[in-house]
Amino acid sequence: MGISELPFLTTKRDAIINWGRKSSLWPMPFGTACCAIEFMGVVSSRFDLARFGAELVRFSPRQSDLLLVAGTVTFKQAPILKQIYQQMPEPKWVISMGVCASAGGFYNNYCTVQGIDQVIPVDVYISGCPPRPEAILESILKLQEKIEHPEKHEIAQFQPQEPKFNY
Amino acid sequence: MSLDIFQLLKTRFGDQILESQIRFGQTEIEVSPESIAQIIEHLLTSPETQMNQLLDLVAIDYLQYPNWHGPRFSIVYLLRSLISKCRVNIRIRVAEESISVPSISKLYKNANWLEREAFDQVGIRFLGHPNLKRILNHHEFIGHPLRKDYPITRRQWLSENESLMDEMAMRLKEKGYTL
Repeated sequence: MGISELPFLTTKRDAIINWGRKSSLWPMPFGTACCAIEFMGVVSSRFDLARFGAELVRFSPRQSDLLLVAGTVTFKQAPILKQIYQQMPEPKWVISMGVCASAGGFYNNYCTVQGIDQVIPVDVYISGCPPRPEAILESILKLQEKIEHPEKHEIAQFQPQEPKFNY
Repeated sequence: MSLDIFQLLKTRFGDQILESQIRFGQTEIEVSPESIAQIIEHLLTSPETQMNQLLDLVAIDYLQYPNWHGPRFSIVYLLRSLISKCRVNIRIRVAEESISVPSISKLYKNANWLEREAFDQVGIRFLGHPNLKRILNHHEFIGHPLRKDYPITRRQWLSENESLMDEMAMRLKEKGYTL
């Protein structure tokens, strides 16, 4: 008797909820620089983010659960980023894409936020300037692993930092 | 260049025109800052020159410039004529004590934002500008970051974004709407 003939399936509630969440991430791109152009390449057919269930790009924070910060964030934009993060419904995750969003990059100057983790908590960081599409796919896989096994990553390197600046 | 703009200005404005030199193939004329608006208006309206394009407006801080003893700031107006294709750069030197210079935003439309940028980054005050406020940095920023005595890594957080309704109201009024 095969599994498809069974009228029911037993599993843990968390397991099936997390499986659903990880398989249908709806990204909201916060694109401010060239990383956003690279992200367009990831979404479109050659690299095809749809293979990982994250192809439905919503340009509205109210309908998304993955904030993909792609590009340089200035101090003028920091309140906007914070507001967009607050507008997203729970549960929500953040990927910091590229070195500018992760640590300020080569903009070590008066106008650039030195890493968006000073404003919002970040789940996965991607290095690169801009990162290769493979790196973005890798970050989606890492995030899926984190969503599927949240207990594993409680003290792992993906633990989000507390924001340094409080609005 | 076929046109001697220095001689033209010299006959019209006399000792307001200080000196002229060729730098990197371009004529640069240094003038006194009080009459800069009249000189540029003359270059714009006079039929010989017709400098009807303001390419750029640059403010320079000479604070840590080697062997420099003159006024601290200098402003360069890069003008070009779309009719004769001639270019001329007009330079004025401004000391820190007399940082106010006349605005040319009534002559060129793009001078409005260029002067706001020079005010924001270097702190030049343009007299007669319709809306002299910061354009690149946020409104809670203190200081002028492109001055040489501003520490490059002094960062300033913004607590709340501007509504920008003051600029919107001016644009609406320009186009004949009321708020």
